[in-house]
Amino acid sequence: MLLIECPYCGERPEPEFQYGGQAHVARPRDPAAVSTQEWADYLYRRDNTRGVHAERWRHTHGCGRFFNALRDTRTDHFLATYRVGEEPPAPVPPVPR
Amino acid sequence: MHARAHCALTEAPSMQSFSGLKLLLRGLTGQRGWTAQWRSPEPRAEYDALIVGGGGHGLGAAYYLASEHRLTNIAVLEKGWIGGGNTGRNTTIIRSNYLWDESAALYEHALKIWEDLAQALNYNLMFSQRGVMMLAHTVHDAQVFKRHVHANRANGIDNEWITPEQAKAFCPPLNIENIRYPVLGAALQRRGGTARHDAVAWGYARAADALGVDIIENCEVTGIRRDDNGAVAAVETTRGTIRARRVGVAAAGHTSVIMRMAGVELPLESYPLQALVSEPVKPIFPCVVMSNTIHAYISQSDKGELVIGAGTDAYTSYTQRGGLHITSHALEAICELFPMFRRLRMLRNWGGIVDVTPDRSPIIGLTPVPGLYVNCGWGTGGFKATPGSAHVFAWTIARGEPHPINAPFTLERFRDGRLIDEAAAAAVAH
Repeated sequence: MLLIECPYCGERPEPEFQYGGQAHVARPRDPAAVSTQEWADYLYRRDNTRGVHAERWRHTHGCGRFFNALRDTRTDHFLATYRVGEEPPAPVPPVPR
Repeated sequence: MHARAHCALTEAPSMQSFSGLKLLLRGLTGQRGWTAQWRSPEPRAEYDALIVGGGGHGLGAAYYLASEHRLTNIAVLEKGWIGGGNTGRNTTIIRSNYLWDESAALYEHALKIWEDLAQALNYNLMFSQRGVMMLAHTVHDAQVFKRHVHANRANGIDNEWITPEQAKAFCPPLNIENIRYPVLGAALQRRGGTARHDAVAWGYARAADALGVDIIENCEVTGIRRDDNGAVAAVETTRGTIRARRVGVAAAGHTSVIMRMAGVELPLESYPLQALVSEPVKPIFPCVVMSNTIHAYISQSDKGELVIGAGTDAYTSYTQRGGLHITSHALEAICELFPMFRRLRMLRNWGGIVDVTPDRSPIIGLTPVPGLYVNCGWGTGGFKATPGSAHVFAWTIARGEPHPINAPFTLERFRDGRLIDEAAAAAVAH
């Protein structure tokens, strides 16, 4: 079970949260203007990163708010969590192994 | 469940045949005289085709390339040991009662091959058609499963709706009274069952090796080289560069990583999927039972362990482990459905990394890179499809075009809106 630092509530156990998938996936501003492939990429293609992954979580059984996290998918180690609208902390810290 | 096969040597292939008589005779002489089941060759500089991934799907594809398409100058590259990935980590369930016509054709193709596979490979796969029973706990479950039964029967696939009492008779340990989520009935595929997963990898490896296929373990692919036209030219590995004009990738949870080396992006996400086994007990559990709604599935191995599958963890990961709350959730469901198991101890648990597509159906076919083929996206349910998947993947690699059975399972279906949506059909695990 992961321990996740909600930027609003602090460190809480994983069952309080819902995973929200890859972060910073922008919906095309004008869906009618993009190609079918671009729309399919928006809907379905994800980085599936093996390494540091920016992702969304929602503190469903807490404050109810969405936030973003940087997690290393090779270790499940959280490097940072940050609020929606904030840039990911940069530079990304080195990955503990 | 992750036992290592017999230590392979570098001697020339000579497939020893297995039989009950030979087992008896060797048993009387101290089991001496068995030879390695496949070679452990050094990779050559060039092959006609390479398979990346030495699990059941990859080894099977190599076997069918050699046996049915006469392509014998080929190799299987495996970063660890064969069958050490999801082939050795799944819960060995085999069934074909999928909803949509495309899926039904694919999984039934596999089940038909399963039925004769042990004979074809001269290898005891412990294939057992003990029946797979999927429990309905809600009105919605009952409606969905009945729809499955009708769809399956229209496709010539056995699947039947049974009452709670019939379910109890088929699986006596099942609790159908005083249960939090009542059993309203079940869908039963009697031709479904289990097989020994390691043996599937070993059987295919041995048979492919005897046809001249090089099985190269401890060989991790680190790059894919393309020529000036963009076509596949070679793969770079931890054991050197190997040239090949045809490369088939069957790398399960790591498919995204491998395919990105060739510049191909896929609609995949990799999640941990956990399973566990109990201490071994005498034969008590006669079939496979799955409960999608309260999320657990269970069977008993011939060794006596209860083999229990849990759901995927919530987040993408490559760690081959997951949260203990996921497995304990599965055990709570098992204890509720089968109260007789409440005092049984669990022996070990583990995770595998499964590559999941948005429609929960696999991708088997061509890619935008000429000469590069992919077989991925099996998600939580790839083991059952192993021989069928391998068979059509070999066809696709050999002919450069899909077999009619895998023709719908393209990468382009996500762009074209031709999804094969088994997500709702199979709930989560399948």
